[in-house]
Amino acid sequence: MMDFLTTRRDELVGWVRKFSIFPYPFVTACCGMEFMAVSSTLYDTDRFGAALPRFTPRQSDLLMVVGTISHKEAPIVKRVYDQMCEPKWVMAFGACATSGGFYRNYAVLQGVDRVIPVDIYVPGCPPRPEMVIDAIMKLQDRISRERHPILPFEKQNPVRN
Amino acid sequence: MAMNTRILKELYESSEENFGITVLKLKGEDLLPLVTLLKDECGFDLLLDVTAVDYPDCELRFEVVYHLYSSRHNRRLRLKVPVPESCPAVPTLTGLYGSACYAERETHEMYGIEFSGNGDLRPILLYEGFDGHPLRKDYPIDGEQPIVAYRK
Repeated sequence: MMDFLTTRRDELVGWVRKFSIFPYPFVTACCGMEFMAVSSTLYDTDRFGAALPRFTPRQSDLLMVVGTISHKEAPIVKRVYDQMCEPKWVMAFGACATSGGFYRNYAVLQGVDRVIPVDIYVPGCPPRPEMVIDAIMKLQDRISRERHPILPFEKQNPVRN
Repeated sequence: MAMNTRILKELYESSEENFGITVLKLKGEDLLPLVTLLKDECGFDLLLDVTAVDYPDCELRFEVVYHLYSSRHNRRLRLKVPVPESCPAVPTLTGLYGSACYAERETHEMYGIEFSGNGDLRPILLYEGFDGHPLRKDYPIDGEQPIVAYRK
């Protein structure tokens, strides 16, 4: 009996990684309410393997920037992002994290992508839970199609600025 | 009380009634005696807020606004102190009300009002190194001063 399975390594690693997303909710504002809704039973991101929030960036691989980021807070987001291990992804959750939203003043960062690289944007003020689930699925799709090289550390972890 | 009422009237310039709140307009040098009197004799035991208004076209550009509340009489009082742009300074109320400390810090960073006597006017909502006063009318609306360098 020859029971074996052939696949490409990238596909296998991608398939594994996409169902083990550990989000780090960086919740700063009212979008956090929507985040609670989407992660609890009614919408239940557990179905997508992205449920267990880790409250330390060192154990997580998806940084969810949920809410308005002020200039005073930007160094904190940057540091949290830097503390996360590769591979890591970033979701800008809501209009404020995406573009500053309706804030255009001295205080608010006009989109978190000015400070850290963002992989997926979820617009809305706040976004519908369906949009967040859609974003997670799109991100999973992207993770499964990414290359997952297993190379020396510095090649595997290029400095992303 | 009658004597105090007479002294009170000498300490402010005008008074009006606005939405059930008495509004007194006064000079900066009368602020400390007036508030002392209001606190000690009239029962205004809470300082609710200190803020300012910027009137760019007025001769006295800034108006420092105080809100007092008397928990005994359930009365509110608003004090307005116009100050010029050249010397935007009023005496501090930290000796009378502890709550003045934070409110004066905020007013100082947002409008650049000097509270003489308040030794702790560090930024409270803004950060160290922020240049200018964002709630002044001549501060640019998109005047961002980022701490972290932007990505390319």
